[in-house]
Amino acid sequence: MKSLSGYSDASLCKKLAGYIKRLAKDLGRPVSFMEVCGTHTMAIFRFGLRQMLPSEVHLISGPGCPVCVTPPSYIDLAIEISKIDGVIIATFGDMVRVPGTHSSLEKEKARGADVRVVYSPLGALEIARKNPEKRVVFLAVGFETTAPTVAAGVLRARQEGLKNFHILSGHRLIPPAIRALLAAGSNVDGFLLPGHVSVIIGSGPYEFIPKEFGVPAVVTGFEPVDILLALRMLLSQMSEDRQEVEIEYNRAARPEGNEKALEMLYKVFEADEGQWRGLGRIPESALSLKHDFRFLAAEGVFDIALGPSREPSGCRCGEVLRGVLEPEECGLFGTSCTPQHAIGPCMVSSEGTCAAHYKYERSPAPLERA
Amino acid sequence: MSIVHKDERILLAHGGGGSLMRGLIEDLILKRLNNPVLARLEDSAVLPPLPGGGEVTSGRLAFTTDSYVVKPLFFKGGDIGKLAVCGTVNDLAASGARPLWLTLSFIIEEGFPIDQLERIVDAVSEASGQAEVKVVAGDIKVVERGAADGLYINTSGIGVVAEGVNLSPSLIKEGDKVLVSGPIGEHGMAVIAARDQVELDIDVESDVAPLGGLVRDILDNGQAVHFLRDPTRGGLAAVLNEAASAAGLTIRLFEDKIPLKSGVKAISEMLGLDPLSLACEGRMVAIVEGKGAGKILKQMRQSPLGKEASIIGEVLSPLVARVILETKVGGRRTVDMPYGEELPRIC
Repeated sequence: MKSLSGYSDASLCKKLAGYIKRLAKDLGRPVSFMEVCGTHTMAIFRFGLRQMLPSEVHLISGPGCPVCVTPPSYIDLAIEISKIDGVIIATFGDMVRVPGTHSSLEKEKARGADVRVVYSPLGALEIARKNPEKRVVFLAVGFETTAPTVAAGVLRARQEGLKNFHILSGHRLIPPAIRALLAAGSNVDGFLLPGHVSVIIGSGPYEFIPKEFGVPAVVTGFEPVDILLALRMLLSQMSEDRQEVEIEYNRAARPEGNEKALEMLYKVFEADEGQWRGLGRIPESALSLKHDFRFLAAEGVFDIALGPSREPSGCRCGEVLRGVLEPEECGLFGTSCTPQHAIGPCMVSSEGTCAAHYKYERSPAPLERA
Repeated sequence: MSIVHKDERILLAHGGGGSLMRGLIEDLILKRLNNPVLARLEDSAVLPPLPGGGEVTSGRLAFTTDSYVVKPLFFKGGDIGKLAVCGTVNDLAASGARPLWLTLSFIIEEGFPIDQLERIVDAVSEASGQAEVKVVAGDIKVVERGAADGLYINTSGIGVVAEGVNLSPSLIKEGDKVLVSGPIGEHGMAVIAARDQVELDIDVESDVAPLGGLVRDILDNGQAVHFLRDPTRGGLAAVLNEAASAAGLTIRLFEDKIPLKSGVKAISEMLGLDPLSLACEGRMVAIVEGKGAGKILKQMRQSPLGKEASIIGEVLSPLVARVILETKVGGRRTVDMPYGEELPRIC
């Protein structure tokens, strides 16, 4: 494994924090930067980076946790499918505890549903091979990072002639979500763009952020030095009155992205309108199976009449996902909604904003006297 | 003639109280764990008077029990047998007791391979020798296939707390130092690596080991040691949150002082786990008088199981957060009580 220890060098981090402080002071006004990706949110909290920033620099979390943005209707559909005899649900672990309108996969599992946690779509394929008499439904949730692997799984299933492998696509795309946020009138001064997603799609799809909305953006890696450096780059753009998409994460992300992964992705999927928790319906923001692969879509295989889906009562995950509400401002946070008894997905997922706030920075902030 | 054969499996009748069970106990258990108290095979162990001649001739008794359901039964660095001895011995040691006697009870699933049972009892024998404790009573129950997952163990232990030894979170005070006896998270990571689901080519061994000796060494300091705890389920994060809450104070940790093997660190990052909440089975956390901390650290490091001991933090007056961590890069965050259930059946 290549050492990344240089990217968490304490003296370099302190130096960068110093630059950030000076640039922020020179700007003379408070700024808000949004980290779009859930992995960034967790890294920022785990390394305690917010405590290193001056009070003028405010970080807000965006709609970058895949499980969190998945709408209740998707969860409800997955739950209904799990109740069908002979079905195995294969899913990433975070999804299991997300509450739907009336139940969760965790509760259905306790009642006898066959719900299995996998680490990749290939794990789901393996379950399908081993259980030819069962129908395996993989909950395909995630952004541009996960979708190519799922596409590879779909291609493999077709090649092997696996008849019992299905997917329920909940894939979402990042750039349309950022566009929707900006179009709705956002006060974000700059974006930390998700490094992993950008490895796949490159920096091109984000060009509308500076061009149409005049907002700086930086493609950012996940180590402390990456994040601090990207914040400095955003502040530099602001102080020099530049608006562009820059790449801080240049050891992995290139402007053109990963053409091979994109080719595989769009061989299997096409962009479609999608419902987001908190953001509503966004055009061209979801991935649906293309015509040739639609026979694998779980929606077509099982005939399910779904009742109306609703958000958990009192849950304000939608506003948290739009970056307009701090978790602590939600009446449920830390009282009736905790990681043990989560009401909203942002508290359930390991990448959720509420979980990060609860786990690493329960209000009031550390070092405050009791 | 022996009635236990290598290729045999446990039958329901092995737990039936008849001659088959008697044979199993005599051939498999007593051969490995023989001592005069156990050998009587009576309804209860009648214990000798507290060992005289040594440092413990009187004192209060410490008594504890724990069940072991680790999955899988065998992992790098140990198995359920070694764990069942060390876990209970360490609970006694953390109370300041010198561990003396253990009970050993098995619940075994019908069909369990007898050679695996032999390996497990061998490990019990070796670990109890290392821990200087005697298994003085035991039990075997066999349940039908499917009613248990292979084999479970319960051990109970008795130890004696010497005069003058007094450990309690209520003794923790501002200015105390926090020590840990070695690198954290290795048991938890070894068990994760041994599970089929995660294919990881890593060289992480469980730290499972009996800590009675290490504790005896540092308790020579009498009043300077305020609190001891072995960070098992929930790891360092859980132990320190409990200690800080009970004391009504705050503990501040320094990330760069916490011993952590590179393998554990790398895999934690990959799987999104926090090493601070991974289980140890051979480490002791000590909260000690600030002034005596250097001396106690030295004693820990002289003990064979404490070579990599480190002072990892200090006790502050109460803040809102119970445990805070100064991160390596100069940031700061709360260390929360882990929620549990992320890694079921770790011990």
